[in-house]
Amino acid sequence: MIQQTDDRYKMIEKTMKKLGYDKSALIETLHTAQDTFGYLENNVLKFIARRLKLPYSKVYGVATFYHFFRLKPKGKHTAVVCMGTACYIKGANKILESLEQKYGIKAGETTKDSLLSLISARCVGSCSLAPIAIYDDKPIGNLTLEQSVQKVEDLLK
Amino acid sequence: MIHSIEELKELAKKRKCTEDSCKDELRVCIGSSCASLGSVELAKELTKEIKTDTVKNKKCKIKGVGCNGLCSAAIMVSKYHKKLDEEIIYGGIEKEDKEKLKELIVDDNILSDKKLDMKTSFFTQQKKIVLENAGIIDPNDIEDYISYEGYLALFTALEDMMPSEVIEEVKKSGLRGRGGGGYPTGLKWETVAKVDSEQKYIVCNGDEGDPGAFMDRAVMEADPHKVIEGMALAGFACGATKGYIYVRAEYPTAVEKLNKAIKQAKKYGILGNNIANTNFSFDIEVRLGGGAFVCGEATALITSIEGNRGNPRQKPPHLSDYGLWGEPTILNNVETFANIAPIIRNGGEWYASIGTEKSAGTKVFALTGHIKNTGLVEVPMGISLRELIYEVGGGLPEGSKLKAIQTGGPSGGCIPEELLDTSVDYDSLKAVGSIMGSGGLIVMDEKSNMVEVARFFMDFSKSESCGKCVPCRVGTTELTVLLDKFIAHEAKPSDFELLKSICEVVKDGSLCGLGQTAPNPVQSTIKYFEKEYLEGIKND
Repeated sequence: MIQQTDDRYKMIEKTMKKLGYDKSALIETLHTAQDTFGYLENNVLKFIARRLKLPYSKVYGVATFYHFFRLKPKGKHTAVVCMGTACYIKGANKILESLEQKYGIKAGETTKDSLLSLISARCVGSCSLAPIAIYDDKPIGNLTLEQSVQKVEDLLK
Repeated sequence: MIHSIEELKELAKKRKCTEDSCKDELRVCIGSSCASLGSVELAKELTKEIKTDTVKNKKCKIKGVGCNGLCSAAIMVSKYHKKLDEEIIYGGIEKEDKEKLKELIVDDNILSDKKLDMKTSFFTQQKKIVLENAGIIDPNDIEDYISYEGYLALFTALEDMMPSEVIEEVKKSGLRGRGGGGYPTGLKWETVAKVDSEQKYIVCNGDEGDPGAFMDRAVMEADPHKVIEGMALAGFACGATKGYIYVRAEYPTAVEKLNKAIKQAKKYGILGNNIANTNFSFDIEVRLGGGAFVCGEATALITSIEGNRGNPRQKPPHLSDYGLWGEPTILNNVETFANIAPIIRNGGEWYASIGTEKSAGTKVFALTGHIKNTGLVEVPMGISLRELIYEVGGGLPEGSKLKAIQTGGPSGGCIPEELLDTSVDYDSLKAVGSIMGSGGLIVMDEKSNMVEVARFFMDFSKSESCGKCVPCRVGTTELTVLLDKFIAHEAKPSDFELLKSICEVVKDGSLCGLGQTAPNPVQSTIKYFEKEYLEGIKND
């Protein structure tokens, strides 16, 4: 099996082992898998199903239930626009719209050249900095419309 | 390892030290808002640079602390004079102020223009119990927590109290569930304590899904040991030996701090087997959520910990009989657990004396939206919304006028300006059509369109509906479609009646709290801002 030679599978194996290969380890295992692979590819889901002795349908069902899990790879850069209530009433929807328009993708999609993923978040918990967006793990608050686009441009440079 | 209350007190005294030789502290806030402005790097650089300066290094210690509350004044730094036991807070610090901060250690007159006035209502009207250590202690250091009476409640309970006495204190305190439900905590504990079962569980709900709320995040990041202490006390009171903290994966810092705190507590013998040489054993694990709002619902959260899709189930059986893995389980919110240690330390009567008769104690609110002092505040229950907004919150920014206040997130409602004198407690907020909720409080100015606000929340509930029951799954979708018509000014007169009746159906027919409360934002805006709905109707 190829899995044995790939170190990333060993990371997943480690989490499952720590939790005693119990069925309840599924969500924790999916988190580890996403951390190491960047997203949950089908082979990984099948691997987890086999190791935890769960039907594949169950693993797929759980992976698609939670927003946090991605089944497609992310782009090279990401822009996460917070759409929590505080951000919303301070115009986050306009920020998201303008980014969607400029890059021709909807929230949750990646540009064709795989350079940018646009993500809308439920709430990043930094409401006092509303509206806020996270550019490649760097949160920037009190954004204006112009800034929000400029920051993405800076990323893509 | 700490084996007894004497050893605990000894350690606290040693760390507290008020002698001349003891170091002052420069506390840099590393809460989420300050961190996004670079406070973490600032704290690191200061620590590094001060090491080489023997005078300053001897005099002061740089400390990264959790959220200080006034996020609108980020970055916040405070200087603590150990000998005088006095703290001076500075706001609006920038990374460029690094050199000045270093000077501040030896010269109190530096940065006086950024000194915050501690006599303003923002500071004086607050009463800190849950947040008593936030902004003061280093969340990575268990000894720092111990020096501020940390784990004193647990050790007192273990050495001098019966489990029933702990429950009695919690009952006396009048503490109600801070997740928003408001169920009396003591009663919940008593029910589980009475059940005869070999295995029981304590679960802490840290899945703060309500958009616009970040209270629990701040508590977990600033004072993780307090949550652990509260859970251990619950375990002792109810005969449980195992606890789980369910945290959103979107809060990586909170997860990190909690895991670190659990590890330290184990090392110090505060978690594990035979704590303080008694026969009480307790262990805690952190479990990650996956960003599903419905997992804040009790039965959904439990099934998610078991590794399943977070679908809620019918109640009864309640968690007290059939919870995690079918065993009796106590599920409380982060803030509820954070209230426990102070209650045991100071007594239930002390806690009951704060707040109102039916809603005792304090509540933490996340003030956001069109308000000057955005951030975290902890106020006694019974304060009026007016005081909360205009005094603690400093009012709205110049030039904007208040239109409504939203509490309770997608399950709550909008309260109009006329009702500003409503008291902040579980029952009064419910009476005006909103709910206390977990503590998100969003101030909206007159530019906000209330139908759009209602649609925003409905859209949220729609996509967060787990899909198990029809009224919620179909109802929320239909409501979103209808609200869209109102926003586009294309609704028919009959649509208004339809909107109201679907709200009733979703409310009465849904399986769990998500569906049952989802119509609240629509119903409350219809109640107070009907005109805006009527404007959306096209009369042919």
